[in-house]
Amino acid sequence: MSDTEKAKHTLESKFDFLKDQVRVQRERRLWLEVPKDKFFDVFDFAVTRLGFNILGTITGLDDGADIGLIYHLFALDGRVLNLKTRIAKDKEPMKTITNYFPAGAIYEREIVDLLGAEFEGLPAGLSYPLPDGWPKGQHPLRKDWNIAMLDQANKENK
Amino acid sequence: MAENIGYPIGPGHQINEPSDFNFVPKSKDEMRIPIGPQHPALKEPESFSVALRGERIMGVDVKIGYNHRGIEKACEGRSFVQDVYLIERICGICSHTHSTCFVQAVEELAGLEVPKRGLYLRTLVAELERMHSHLLWLGVAGHEIGFDTLLMYSWRDRELVMDVLADLTGNRVNYGMNTIGGVRRDITKEQVENALKVIDKLEEQTKYYIQLGTEETTLIQRLSGVGVLSHDDAVRLGAVGPTARASKVDRDVRRDDPYAAYGDLTFKVVTDDHNDVYGRTLVRLGELMESYSMARQLLKNLPDGPIAVRAPRKVAAGEALSRYEAPRGEDVHYVKSNGSENPERVKVRAPTLANLQAVSKMLEDRYLADLPIVVAAIDPCFSCTDRSIAVADHGTLSWETVRQWGIDWYKQERGIDFTKIKWGKQ
Repeated sequence: MSDTEKAKHTLESKFDFLKDQVRVQRERRLWLEVPKDKFFDVFDFAVTRLGFNILGTITGLDDGADIGLIYHLFALDGRVLNLKTRIAKDKEPMKTITNYFPAGAIYEREIVDLLGAEFEGLPAGLSYPLPDGWPKGQHPLRKDWNIAMLDQANKENK
Repeated sequence: MAENIGYPIGPGHQINEPSDFNFVPKSKDEMRIPIGPQHPALKEPESFSVALRGERIMGVDVKIGYNHRGIEKACEGRSFVQDVYLIERICGICSHTHSTCFVQAVEELAGLEVPKRGLYLRTLVAELERMHSHLLWLGVAGHEIGFDTLLMYSWRDRELVMDVLADLTGNRVNYGMNTIGGVRRDITKEQVENALKVIDKLEEQTKYYIQLGTEETTLIQRLSGVGVLSHDDAVRLGAVGPTARASKVDRDVRRDDPYAAYGDLTFKVVTDDHNDVYGRTLVRLGELMESYSMARQLLKNLPDGPIAVRAPRKVAAGEALSRYEAPRGEDVHYVKSNGSENPERVKVRAPTLANLQAVSKMLEDRYLADLPIVVAAIDPCFSCTDRSIAVADHGTLSWETVRQWGIDWYKQERGIDFTKIKWGKQ
């Protein structure tokens, strides 16, 4: 069994609800989606016990009614665990992971700006990457967003 | 299986106190000064708000995003093939980095197996790109410490590798070498021989820089103890590339998660334990030597055969994560397809974004005069980081207008009439 398969096996035997949920797409690539309420059980286990202790980045997705969040966790040996969860768009916040990875702050800020997700516990700081004076509620990576909405918001602000 | 490998990461670790944005100077020697977004000490737009006590830096807030051009969003409105060229323009220096990282993800989704020769050529351009990037950095570093002779020398040598890149790909930057399924241009025996000769010359020059770096007292003293980043901080703050490797973080995607032709190559990952700008210089010089060796292996063992396979216009639904060791550190691309011609989502994490938090740490309690070289020492690239279109009031120029403008400009300014040039078959 390869190390990638072993990680799949360990995850699935540790958590009952993960049975047959971990997908090995290719060598060193694991994909897994977990519900938000179970997310930190799996995340903590993967980071502190399984060796996926390097944060690659966080990808935010506009998944219709939800915001999808994929935490790309790397192990020293090159394996990647892509751990996905969802939060209801404009309704619920996600908990920050900056207590695990301080460098995660900038990735969370990016999702705040571009997709309008909220991260509970994310320390105050400068926004990234949208410019100063960008109108509130304009999140360019949302699928229904277009440049006309920005022009409209700017007009209203003037 | 690896248990916790000893990286000091876990729920018990507290993050840095957030900076005091409303910092009010308490005495006459305390002040907060803005540096950037446009400043002679910085080569790209980024803004530092530096809290100072006398000449000592108490804290730094970094504001970036000035180069945000909305490329991720723009990718969603274009086809996978168009995106290869758009993504390549995220960065001038690391253009091949981004296009490779992107096509790798798309190839995984489409289930394409790139022919060996294609992979070797892709890797060759990658290592040539690293050479020109590291030589460029060496010059910038020299310039930032007032050693402009080093800038003149290393940039003179960099021209050699730029010429090879132009010879192999037709361009000095934005090589247009990659396509989904392989590469777009094959190379001839003469080109291989020429490249090998240039690499010999570059290696000779780099040996001189290594001698300079290990013997020149002024250089050593100016760079030692500056921009210190301990091993633990490098790990905790997620530093990547030469910045991390100079703090003894033994990570390199080329070895750890091999892609393209790296699995076939023999090379060593250069690390150093100086933990400062001097260490970062040594790592980059060491990496140049490794790149020469890798490029030679690729050129001498170039397999025969096709350079690309045909790619479908529509890419099978799914998602893929691609990693690439850029000259500045690890580049990460996530691509999601919904089965159509256009991607559903493209996400780019450029290495500079990962290194920025480490910069604030490096500057703490250091002299203001060290700021330019410390910032330069991560070899920052804000175009990559921000990868983003200024929303200007000029309206949008049509593609035809832009093209015509370019043709007219060259005719008037350079005397080149592109309409009269007969293009050879590619």
